[in-house]
Amino acid sequence: MVQAKDPFVSFKGVQKSYDGESLVVKNLNLDIASGEFLTMLGPSGSGKTTCLMMLAGFETATHGDIELGGRPINNIPPHKRGIGMVFQNYALFPHMTVGENLAFPLNVRRIPRAEVEEKVRSVLDMVQMMAFVDRKPAQLSGGQQQRIALARALVFKPELVLMDEPLGALDKQLREHMQYEIKHIHENLGVTVVYVTHDQSEALTMSNRIAVFDDGVIQQLADPVTLYEKPENAFVAQFIGENNQMSGTIESISKGIATVKLDSGDIVKALAVNTGAVGSRTTLSVRPERCVVVTRKSTAVSTLNAKIEELIYLGDHIRCRMNVAGDDQFIVKVPNTSGQLGLEIGAALKIGWRNDDCRALDFRELD
Amino acid sequence: MSGLTKKLIAIAGASVFVGSTAVAADLTVVSWGGAYTKSQVEAYHKPWMAKTGKTIVSEDYGGGIAEIKAQVESGNVTWDVVDVELSDAIRACDEGLLEPIDHSTLPPAPDGTPATEDFLPGTLHDCAVANIVWSSVYAYDSSKVRNWNAPKTMADFFDTKAFPGKRGMRKSPKVTMEFALIADGVPTSEVYDVLGTEEGIARAFAKLDTIKEDVVWWEAGAQPPQLLADGEVVFSTAWNGRVFNAKNAEGQPFEMVWDGQIYDLDLFVIPKGSKNKEAALDFVAFSTATEQLAAQASWISYGPARASSEARIGTFHSDSSIKMADHMPTAAANFKNALQNDFEFWADNADQLNERFNAWLAK
Amino acid sequence: MTDSQTVTSGAITAADGTPLKKKLAQALFRSRVRAVSLVVPLFAFVMASFVIPIFALMWQGVYNDRFSTYTPNLTEQLTAWDGLAEPGEALFAALVSDLKTARKDRTIGRIATRVNQEYPGTRSLFTSTARKAKKLRAPFKESVIKTNKKWANIEIWRAMKLTSQDLTPSFYATALDGRYTVDKGFVAQNENRQIYVKLFWRTLLISASVMGLCLLLGYPVAYLLATLPLRTSNLLMIMVLLPFWTSLLVRTTAWIAILQSQGVINDLMVAVGITADDSRFSLIYNMTGTIIAMTHILLPFMILPLYSVMKTIPPSYMRAARSLGATPTAAFIRVYAPQTIPGIGAGGLLVFILAIGYYITPALVGGQDGQLISNMIAYHMQKSLNWSLAAALGGILLAGVLLLYWIYDRVIGIDNMKLG
Repeated sequence: MVQAKDPFVSFKGVQKSYDGESLVVKNLNLDIASGEFLTMLGPSGSGKTTCLMMLAGFETATHGDIELGGRPINNIPPHKRGIGMVFQNYALFPHMTVGENLAFPLNVRRIPRAEVEEKVRSVLDMVQMMAFVDRKPAQLSGGQQQRIALARALVFKPELVLMDEPLGALDKQLREHMQYEIKHIHENLGVTVVYVTHDQSEALTMSNRIAVFDDGVIQQLADPVTLYEKPENAFVAQFIGENNQMSGTIESISKGIATVKLDSGDIVKALAVNTGAVGSRTTLSVRPERCVVVTRKSTAVSTLNAKIEELIYLGDHIRCRMNVAGDDQFIVKVPNTSGQLGLEIGAALKIGWRNDDCRALDFRELD
Repeated sequence: MSGLTKKLIAIAGASVFVGSTAVAADLTVVSWGGAYTKSQVEAYHKPWMAKTGKTIVSEDYGGGIAEIKAQVESGNVTWDVVDVELSDAIRACDEGLLEPIDHSTLPPAPDGTPATEDFLPGTLHDCAVANIVWSSVYAYDSSKVRNWNAPKTMADFFDTKAFPGKRGMRKSPKVTMEFALIADGVPTSEVYDVLGTEEGIARAFAKLDTIKEDVVWWEAGAQPPQLLADGEVVFSTAWNGRVFNAKNAEGQPFEMVWDGQIYDLDLFVIPKGSKNKEAALDFVAFSTATEQLAAQASWISYGPARASSEARIGTFHSDSSIKMADHMPTAAANFKNALQNDFEFWADNADQLNERFNAWLAK
Repeated sequence: MTDSQTVTSGAITAADGTPLKKKLAQALFRSRVRAVSLVVPLFAFVMASFVIPIFALMWQGVYNDRFSTYTPNLTEQLTAWDGLAEPGEALFAALVSDLKTARKDRTIGRIATRVNQEYPGTRSLFTSTARKAKKLRAPFKESVIKTNKKWANIEIWRAMKLTSQDLTPSFYATALDGRYTVDKGFVAQNENRQIYVKLFWRTLLISASVMGLCLLLGYPVAYLLATLPLRTSNLLMIMVLLPFWTSLLVRTTAWIAILQSQGVINDLMVAVGITADDSRFSLIYNMTGTIIAMTHILLPFMILPLYSVMKTIPPSYMRAARSLGATPTAAFIRVYAPQTIPGIGAGGLLVFILAIGYYITPALVGGQDGQLISNMIAYHMQKSLNWSLAAALGGILLAGVLLLYWIYDRVIGIDNMKLG
């Protein structure tokens, strides 16, 4: 994990309002290290794109400072910030060829022609698009356009590259392929990347760190593993990966383990991560793959009665939709290791989890 | 050219000119619109409809014989009676576009004088019967010339030293060139002889050159009173009825100068192939009777085409203190130095002089 | 290869054995027939109401049989005559016989008008001689010249010889300020009658100025329309479309009220002290007035195509250009403006072509410099009824527009045009 003393990009108490009535970004503090791949992840309207646009210079912060390399950039216009940017729709100039598009940032910097050609060639080489130099963007496929957009944002060797949902328009297979490609380019070039997406698997695949946005606030800033394994609040737990959530009231807390009385009356235990005092409401979160069907050998501490509602065979595992504690959308992933569990629709059984695997978080009204 | 293409052109022409098809009516009468059409509706249409029980649809047009030609040649004649200028009446008649009108069907004067003798000389033609005499004159805004001697002659119109200010003139060689020659001292009786020579044309343009910088050119008859009222011009040539109306109906401080007036006729014609020819002939005979012509004169200051009507001209319809007879182009006081528009001269020379006039304008 | 296809001597066949190509053609034929039958009514309508009349009218520019139709004898004699020798008795005899018929049939006006177009001032010669034709006796040359000695002028006979030819270049010659003569071919028109070429140039100049002004004024407005929030831009759009909803009369009155020397603008300038009361600007009844008024009317035709093009340009292009290091000006010139070229082309062409055809506005507010070629076409269509000359003028105008269109296609490319 990258954590530099002198951050390369720094948001300091940044606020943004469009209408003077509500804040789209509320008191944002974020440091990004040089060479880091940081993803801003969140649902639409969460403020992540606004942050990116403020960094790029297309929006001005209503309050607070944004610093780049230790210098405040609030008053520097976009074209002087030297930040490369890849847009959601690629924004390749339709009236220019691929070559002209790539030469554009170099030409506006008045770089000699020979050097421009050299740089264009090398960046085309990098994205393996040499053969397309004379085509117009409209003659390229979506994936090809994406590569050119990427190449264009990199050709003038910016230290910081911003990407605004660059893979959103691609089909699934191509998207996954491009994720690796972008990741490799990042690793090879060592540029700092700030990446905006609403796709959590994309974020998990590519990032050094992920900032999860909701309601104008960073809910959690962490590396992918921490984010997935140790969500700090109910929103993050729900937004990253699949999980089961249950509401309850804290009965007691001891040694970091909370005893919670669920709304159905069942008593379970969970790791107290982000809870109030005894008697306050909490949301419990447990990942489907951390739930186990209780057998004699199980190490589960908390157990609940469950009834199987639906079974989906997925090869490596079986996805069971169960009715647990009054919630019939409770998902458990059962590894396809043996058939002896006797899973069948309507069967009643017990499920459970280790205390560490269930996290007691802030209370959040369930959907 | 084949008959088919001819027909197609005519139809295309007709579809351009005849935008609206008349609703079912016994007679379609076409005239120039505005106060003039109103005077005809009051004096002719209403009494005729009351007498015959038939209906009349009144349409407006902008003059010329293009529409009549298009209708006749396409065989789809929707106009029954049209009010045209003399030169157009003669020309359309020569081209076979009009129905001949038998003068013996026109009613005699109340004292029994036959129509052929009662109508003023030159007002009856093979295909046309005149209803009014109108005139091109010039008018000025009397509120603007208080300190001067009021202008009295055509020469004053061209005298920008004695009477500074902009002048409005019609953007057409017709009338404009005659005015120039009259102002230059050519007696009205010789104007067309002089204008028929190369030197005469040059002389007219030379006279016009002296005021060219001060002229605002107008196209539509409604413009001169407007230009005067707006103060855009101090003098303007105009049609006498328009000035009269602006003065007496709208209270504008305009005065007319009758010296060098050029008078012309408006005549009723019937396009060849009219579907209501009998009714049209009846309407023309009825409208050009002594009483009707006299009645029209109380609505607008255009002179009736019959001698017997003159004694019967009354007062202005909205102001009984105005004796209409004094405001006619043909009133003795106004008629002292008048010129009749020579339709034959213009039939011969309109195209040529129009080109020269535009070339002169563009110089 | 699937079961339904078999290879027979190299050609692929369908399941029933017919060659695949033939089968495909059959299948396509039916849909093609259907498509064509849908278009036929429109095609017929356009042909009948637009294409054929236009060509028929154009045809009039080089073909006029008025004279020969109504003077069969004279035409025969004129064709035999070489146009150089003194006209002889045969010509005069034919003249008298045709004049007699024409007088009787009321076609003398048509003959006279036609010759008058070629040789001005002769219309009354024909109508007056026709009136006396019945009384004329042989030898006709002598008696005709006795009625009017103008008949001895060989130029009149040459003019008649020209008008007796149905297919004639003389209207196009006139439209280009020239004259076609029997003895000398094409010669220049008398200098004091040369007007059409001048008006063609003026029309092009005014149309180009109006186009340029519309672009200059319309571009920022279209940009605002395309970028402002919907509520504001709707209001702006209504203001742009306002000229469409105002009648010509109201518009004209408004211009006069605003532009005339006692008008709003001049009053304002006098009040502010920009100009003295006795030296007010002439903003109307001259070329300035024409250009102002036409720009006002035609502005929406520039704004709307521009707007429709600009609306499709996402803001991300400008942002991309800025992020790549371009200053706002450079981004606009190198990225935004080139993408609006289809709109500029469409708007420009639309405004230019419409401007070329305008004649009511120039007539009302144009004054002495406001006369355009379209005014002359209207004059010859409606007043002088010289449709052949109108057709020739229109033909030249059409050729000019097509030439510009061709140049446009070569420079910008017609498929680059976007009308909305």
